[in-house]
Order: sequence, then C-alpha cells, then structure tokens
Amino acid sequence: MSVKLPIYLDYSATTPVDPRVAQKMIPYLTEHFGNPASRSHAFGWEAEKAVEEARGHVAALLNADPKEIVWTSGATEGNNLALKGAANFNKGKGKHIITQKTEHKAVLDTVRELERQGFEATYLDPEPNGLVDLKKLEAAIRPDTILVSIMMVNNEIGVIQPIAEIGEICRARGIVFHCDAVQAAGKVPIDLQKLKIDLLTVTAHKVYGPKGIGALYVRRKPRVRIEPQNHGGGHERGFRSGTLATHQIVGMGEAFRIARAEMATENERIRMLRDRLLKGIKEIEEIYVNGDLERRIPGNLNVSFNFVEGESLIMAIKDVAVSSGSACTSASLEPSYVLRALGRSDELAHSSIRFTLGRFTTEEEVDYTVDLLKRKIAKLRELSPLWEMHKEGVDLNTVQWAAH
Amino acid sequence: MAYSDKVIDHYENPRNVGSFDKNDEGVGTGMVGAPACGDVMKLQIRVNEQGIIEDARFKTYGCGSAIASSSLVTEWVKGKSIDEAEKIRNTQIAEELALPPVKIHCSILAEDAIKAAISDYRKKHGLTEPAPVEAKKVA
Repeated sequence: MSVKLPIYLDYSATTPVDPRVAQKMIPYLTEHFGNPASRSHAFGWEAEKAVEEARGHVAALLNADPKEIVWTSGATEGNNLALKGAANFNKGKGKHIITQKTEHKAVLDTVRELERQGFEATYLDPEPNGLVDLKKLEAAIRPDTILVSIMMVNNEIGVIQPIAEIGEICRARGIVFHCDAVQAAGKVPIDLQKLKIDLLTVTAHKVYGPKGIGALYVRRKPRVRIEPQNHGGGHERGFRSGTLATHQIVGMGEAFRIARAEMATENERIRMLRDRLLKGIKEIEEIYVNGDLERRIPGNLNVSFNFVEGESLIMAIKDVAVSSGSACTSASLEPSYVLRALGRSDELAHSSIRFTLGRFTTEEEVDYTVDLLKRKIAKLRELSPLWEMHKEGVDLNTVQWAAH
Repeated sequence: MAYSDKVIDHYENPRNVGSFDKNDEGVGTGMVGAPACGDVMKLQIRVNEQGIIEDARFKTYGCGSAIASSSLVTEWVKGKSIDEAEKIRNTQIAEELALPPVKIHCSILAEDAIKAAISDYRKKHGLTEPAPVEAKKVA
C-alpha cells in the first residue's frame, strides 16, 4: 500500500492551508502590502478593497451582511469579545449567563472570568448523546438572564446542537444569543437570515485558511450591541481596534469562498470516508462511539476503545495523527471533560480517540488506519490486566481498586 | 509528549508480558492503580525456596510511561531477593527512563506494584511484614 506517513486525521485541531488559499495570500505579503486603513494612497486603497472582498466571502458563507463581520485574531478572541462585550454592555439589565459544560475552553474560561467580575453563570449538563435539552435550557432562564452561549458543533464529538430552536427561545425573551460556530463553518449550512443568532464566532484555520485570523458576526437587525475589548484606532467600526492583517484576511476570505462552493460535495465524500472508518472499527470488540451519530458533522468520529488507555493507543498508532480529548488539553492527564459531561465513565473517557477527517483524507489512509488500529488494539489488550479480567468474566465495577 | 528512547524501547518491546497462576504458592501478585485514574498495573513474581525472585510478569493498562515502568521493574526484580527488590525506589525508575515530571506517578505506581506483589507473597507464606508504610497519594 502506498500511503504517505504520517497520516493526518486531526482536522478539528487545525487544517492545512488549501494551496489555492496560500496562492491568493502571497501577493498581499509582498507587492500589495499597504495598510487597509491608509486612505491617502493607492497602496491603502488596494488593501482595503481586498479586505472588503474577503469580508463579502465570509458574510456569504453565513448568509449575513458584510457590515456584520468583524475581523479578529481567531476564535478565542472572537469568543472573548462576544461574551465580555455582550455581558458588559448589558450588565444594567441583568447579570446571569447560561452556557453548557461541553463548550470549548475559550467560552468556559471567559464565562468563569465574567463570574469573577460579578456575573452569575449556569453551566448546563448535556444529554448522554451530547445535545442540549431545550427544556433544561428554558428552565435555567431567569428574569435577569442576559446572555446564552451554546456552540453549533462540538469540537470533540462533532454533534450539532439545536441552534435554531435555541435562537427562538432567546429572541422571544430578549436574551443575547452567542454561538461558537468554529467547528461548523464550512461543514454545516449556516443561514443567519433564518437563525436567530446575535453573535457568532468563526475562524479560518479550521476551514483550510491560515491561523491567526477569525471573525465575529455581530447582528445589525435587530441591532446587537457589545463593548469593545481592544481600544485604539477605531478599526472595524470601533468593535475591534488594531491594524488589519490583510494577507490573513485575504486567506480567510478565499477559504470561505471555496468552502461555500464545495461544501455539499466535500461533505458527501468525507461522510463516505468516515462511515468506512466506522465500519472498520466496528469489527473490533468493546468499542463505544461517543456522541450522537446522526446529528453530527461528517468528518468526526470519537470512539472509546475499552480496556486500552488513550495515550498509549496514540503512541501505538504514531503514524496516524489523532487526538485524545481536545488538542488544548492533550498535555494534561485529566480525562476529557466533554466525555465526562456526557456521563461516560472515567475508564471510557480515558480510552477515547477523536478521528477527524477532511479535504485531503483518502480511502487508502482510512484503510491503513483501520488495519493499524486492529493490530495495535489487539497488542495493547494483550498487555492490559483489565482486558484479562474482562475475558475472565470479572465485572470491573465490582472490583475494589487500591486508592491512588 | 516526547518520550525518551528507553521508554519507547520498553513500550514497543515490553519485557515479561503475561501472567502466572495467582494461586500458585510460589507466586506473589500485586495489582495497583484504578481504571478511573488511567493506570492499572499487575505485577507478579515467582519466588524460589531461597527467597530469590526467579521470574516476573506484568500486564499494564496505562500510558507509555506506565507500560515502560512496569516492563523495566520486571527486569530489575529478577535475580534479587524479595528484601532487595523491596528497596527499589521510584526515583531510580524515573531516572532510568528519564520520565518527565507529569509521568513520575507511573514510577511510583511501579514501586507500589513491587511492594504489593512481595506483600502478597509474604502473606501466603506467613512471613512477617515490615512496618506498614502509609499509602502514597498519587493521583
């Protein structure tokens, strides 16, 4: 088999820049280097034109108005600006924020910071399939709730939240609704003319664009107000001061343009590969798919291999780049907080691997991965005292483990 | 996580993997750790009539460092008396494998596994235990 190693199956961590995107960016580093804020000469005008064209592409993928797009340095900044900006602007109306336990750390840690500043927060538990229960959300709303933040697609398990319904619930009560759509853009159709989302975060590097650039959608009708977090030259209509990174913005625009044009066919291809991977993995005993399989983006498969510890499995399949938990937490020894929130046992959370497929994944790579997994799981289970006990018919839940 | 060459060697070619019959008179079995913490080590020793460890086996559920630590100690205990084997310290294991600070607990678990196996053997033979050592808080 002629497969080039290592194989990249971690597209939810980041994606390679599409060569078409890179080509488009290069002239904006050298020839067209102007500052888009320079109004007095052609260098500035040219850069500004490129920035506005890119803004149009980003808006088009979201079916939004280009005036609703604010450039940021990426998703973390976008989430910080949305949450801190909306909470602080609305603090006269109330101090309660609702989010969920399986959000990305960029949301959870920002809400924690807002709690330190005097806001109060409710962290909803997801259902065992990873989705928010709308009744629980409604029950959590208080008269002083000002902000709800629920992601569109989860980064670890790829499940798609009922965003349209959440939007209706929030709009009916005059609550600002922020949605982290970092893992959704380019994978799930997003129509902001229909969805009642007020603030929406996206980033370029998950959509085959460059790292270091993202955007925050800020609704104009009805108008949503946020307090800026960066002060300075008044760029981006005062929402976010700072010289615009023209080449990055051009890259994001091109990446989003390609995503809009190719999303439908690409999704089908990736879904076929994901299903092929799942079919292969299902031939292994004692595996558990984490999160709802139907309401999920095509490229994600999160599986727990019982009786095998995740980090040792990652080491065993080192020719395949995958992650255990999310990339941001893979240096820690804690099991995935997302899987724990779904009610998965610590054992299964410790045994989980996230496979994320993307634009450049091939059938040969999937077949290689399945074959490697089968061999390495068998080897690690030979090494596992838990597997031995399981095979002897011991119920591991009845064992009194030595405390450590 | 960058692993040392020795960890990778033990992980890829683990020594003395397997099990002895735990009811065998000459066998001491130690099982330490918990699945919820991400590590379980089972270490077994076969002791002869002179009190010398003739052979050892292990099975480990855990990360690469945990597997390497237990593989290494099966090599180290062979040929030692149980009193000598009991003196193996986690710091020696960590140093030999160049474990990074976040993986020190793997070496502690391996030390605990030796002690547990020796303790099991002594119990079977009615041998007196040395003064009990407070269980270490690892995770």
